[in-house]
Amino acid sequence: MIAEVKPTATATLTLDGVEVSFTEGETIYEVAERAGREVPTLCYDARLEAFGGCRLCVVEVDGMRAPVASCTTPATAGMVVKTTTDAIEKHRRTLLELVASENRENEVDELRGHASQELKSLLDRYEVRGGRFAGRQSGTSNSTDDNPFILRDYDLCISCYRCVRVCAEQEGDHAITMMNRGFEKQITTEFNGILKDSACTFCGQCVQTCPTGALGDRKAMRAESLPGEVEKTRTVCPYCGVGCSVDLLTKEDRLVGVQPAMDGPANEGALCIKGQFAFDFVQHEDRLKMPLVRDEDGELHETDWETALDRAADGFKKAAGEHGRHAVYGVASGRAPHEAAYTMQKFIRAGFGTHQIDNCSRA
Amino acid sequence: MSNPLADMEKPDLIFCIGTNMTECHPVAATRIKRALKRGAQMVVADPRRIPLAEMAELYLPIRVGSDVALLLGMAHVIARERLVDREFIDARTKDGEAFLEHVQQFTPEWAAGITGLPPADIERAALLYGRADKAAIYYTLGITEHICGVDNVQSLCNLALLTGNLGREGTGINPMRGQNNIQGAGDCGAVPANYPGFQPVHDPANGDKFAKLYGREMDGEKGITKVTALNRCGEGIHAMLIDGENTVVSDPDRHHCEHALRALDHLVVIDIFRTETAEFADVVLPATAWGETDGVCTNTERRVQRLRAAVTPPGEAKPDWWIVSQIAQRMSIAGFEFESAKDVFNELCGLSPIYAGLDWDRIEHGEYNWPVPHKDHPGTPVLHEGEFKNGRGLFRVICYRDPAEVVDDEFPVWLTTGRRLQAYHTRTQTGRAAGIDYLLSEESLEIHPDDLADWGIPDGGWASLRSRRGAIKIRARASNMSPRGTVFCSFSFSDVPVNILTGSGYDPVTETAELKVCPVNISPFEE
Repeated sequence: MIAEVKPTATATLTLDGVEVSFTEGETIYEVAERAGREVPTLCYDARLEAFGGCRLCVVEVDGMRAPVASCTTPATAGMVVKTTTDAIEKHRRTLLELVASENRENEVDELRGHASQELKSLLDRYEVRGGRFAGRQSGTSNSTDDNPFILRDYDLCISCYRCVRVCAEQEGDHAITMMNRGFEKQITTEFNGILKDSACTFCGQCVQTCPTGALGDRKAMRAESLPGEVEKTRTVCPYCGVGCSVDLLTKEDRLVGVQPAMDGPANEGALCIKGQFAFDFVQHEDRLKMPLVRDEDGELHETDWETALDRAADGFKKAAGEHGRHAVYGVASGRAPHEAAYTMQKFIRAGFGTHQIDNCSRA
Repeated sequence: MSNPLADMEKPDLIFCIGTNMTECHPVAATRIKRALKRGAQMVVADPRRIPLAEMAELYLPIRVGSDVALLLGMAHVIARERLVDREFIDARTKDGEAFLEHVQQFTPEWAAGITGLPPADIERAALLYGRADKAAIYYTLGITEHICGVDNVQSLCNLALLTGNLGREGTGINPMRGQNNIQGAGDCGAVPANYPGFQPVHDPANGDKFAKLYGREMDGEKGITKVTALNRCGEGIHAMLIDGENTVVSDPDRHHCEHALRALDHLVVIDIFRTETAEFADVVLPATAWGETDGVCTNTERRVQRLRAAVTPPGEAKPDWWIVSQIAQRMSIAGFEFESAKDVFNELCGLSPIYAGLDWDRIEHGEYNWPVPHKDHPGTPVLHEGEFKNGRGLFRVICYRDPAEVVDDEFPVWLTTGRRLQAYHTRTQTGRAAGIDYLLSEESLEIHPDDLADWGIPDGGWASLRSRRGAIKIRARASNMSPRGTVFCSFSFSDVPVNILTGSGYDPVTETAELKVCPVNISPFEE
């Protein structure tokens, strides 16, 4: 895709004593992030409309009486912004203490989701634990929803609305919403039911944007107890032709989950149920592990590669010898990579000088 | 697609025809939903009241197989209302006058008689499309899997040419490809009419080029399609190498297909599972799967992207390219000394003009949409900007044709087939993914509730579904997505082999099967 041509930056503001240029429409948060400032936030997802709910990203702006949420405040020319004063940092620490105090736990396995470590990282960064305000809790885990994909552990919910917003803004499904207020706040579906009975398509977007692990990828979580570190490998989804970029999660050679790539050029972080949750055909016990050849008993039997490849080659030689070079036909796959399709067509063209080759696109 | 996926958020008017995008290309559909939120309008034409229909400004429940009539009717209105882009037609197209004269006879009233739509809705669809500054067309197999698939596509092209909706941001003709690398299979030359990079085999210059590259004389005539090859098994075609396709379940007319494979002297199947098709093979070779294989794929917007291995393959499974190369070497075919996927891909780039600017390392981040004709080229997200590849955009004079089989007293109901959100193709993959059964554990036939009552079948009961080619047993389910007289099911479940019924006809040009139209008879199932 052609990179968006940004209008020439003309305006500047002062960010922590440094003059920084910006383009009209950018928020203070976006300018600060671009300038490499690590402004903390819990309700921000770059793909969504700014929300201003968590108040962690507040900054001081000269001439304004109170600190402002940087994610919802547009940058203006000549602004003087301070992102990390003592007062601001103290404010952030208190907010984080309040958030941490009402969660059953604040350390969850990274397999729960793409953003699941965000709260824990901030608590570590600000060396905060929740003791001071311990007491009441908002959000109650849903133990009745036994769907195999999405854990709904709302004891850990901090009401950042990212799941509600991603479902509405990114997916357009509007399957979940917030009910009640204050400590009674609860993420829920229409008629307070289970996801299966809602407009949910199990795309997993809510799971991947949740900053606390209140929503978890149940399939990946099956591997929490497996030994080894989680490694990520960037690839492209094996299903439809949209070509969504994904990160494969592995633990010691075991494929344990999939996460969408937020910078994937085709999907920009989006996935569907198949790309998100239908990966475990790969290491399924039904996989073919050895070559098979049909013996005189009429059945397929396992054999070694030499035997199988010789049989395969001899059969093609014989068919071409007896019936001519047009008698051999190749069908390439629309699922295998280029290298498969290229060698298939080369096998037919270089082998027989014909064009007796096709792929599965006609059916 | 003529335009990139990102463009789906930019049209003023979105025309979706024959695409159940929220289920078959869900992530692309999220872009359409965002466009609608921004204020774009959408027209949806589909025999079924699919989820997209609920979001549309105008939904056109056309009779299966009547697309050409609808599109001719729309062209008529656009011409009559002088919504044609004169400048575009004069500067960039050919045969526009003949087309404009041709469509004079196809009034909305005429089209209504064939499509079953109110003439006023056809009129309105034409006005919405014709008046938009940026109008984009999206389609899938609902357009191509007909005996008139080529006519359908060319009718859509006619509309875009008529209104100048090509070669600009947020416009275009955009087929959504159904498989992760079906575009790539074509790019690589796995088609009977083209060498890699869509270089036609009938062009002697290409024949000479590949004769040199591959070290042998090349036929100047194109090969036969897979459909024809299956028809000629045992009579001209005697050996087949099938890579990663479950032909027996996915192709039309299953009995015919099984009979064809049995008639071969030699069948070699490369796959990751012992599929229904592998059961017919003399040799079955285990391939590495997605997640185990390094390689390249091209998506529906012509974006060339890297696939990367993350885990080791099971047992002795090998990459497809290695397997094919080993067979070739044993037959003394030169040029198969590849040592890696990178070797193979770089050879392809060296002989394909659309990939000339690419190589393995350059596609690391997937930022190129082909054609990329040289190393300094940024790629081509929008096709046909400024000019068409072949000079001028051609209008085609097309007339409506009935499907190969139409409903009659014996087979009075239209069956159309497709995919479901939670299943993919023949379920060799999704059927083996934990949890999918929670949402979709069996296939069922979607029937309008009033039809269900008329036919005496209880909701959830068993029905017998018969066509001219065979019969299957299937669970019946009441659904308001089906209009009266049309039923739907997917082809994903092997225990409900709907492709025993299909296969009434083929497009004469592409030989694509008419999988979207099959007259059937439905009755309560009796033991």
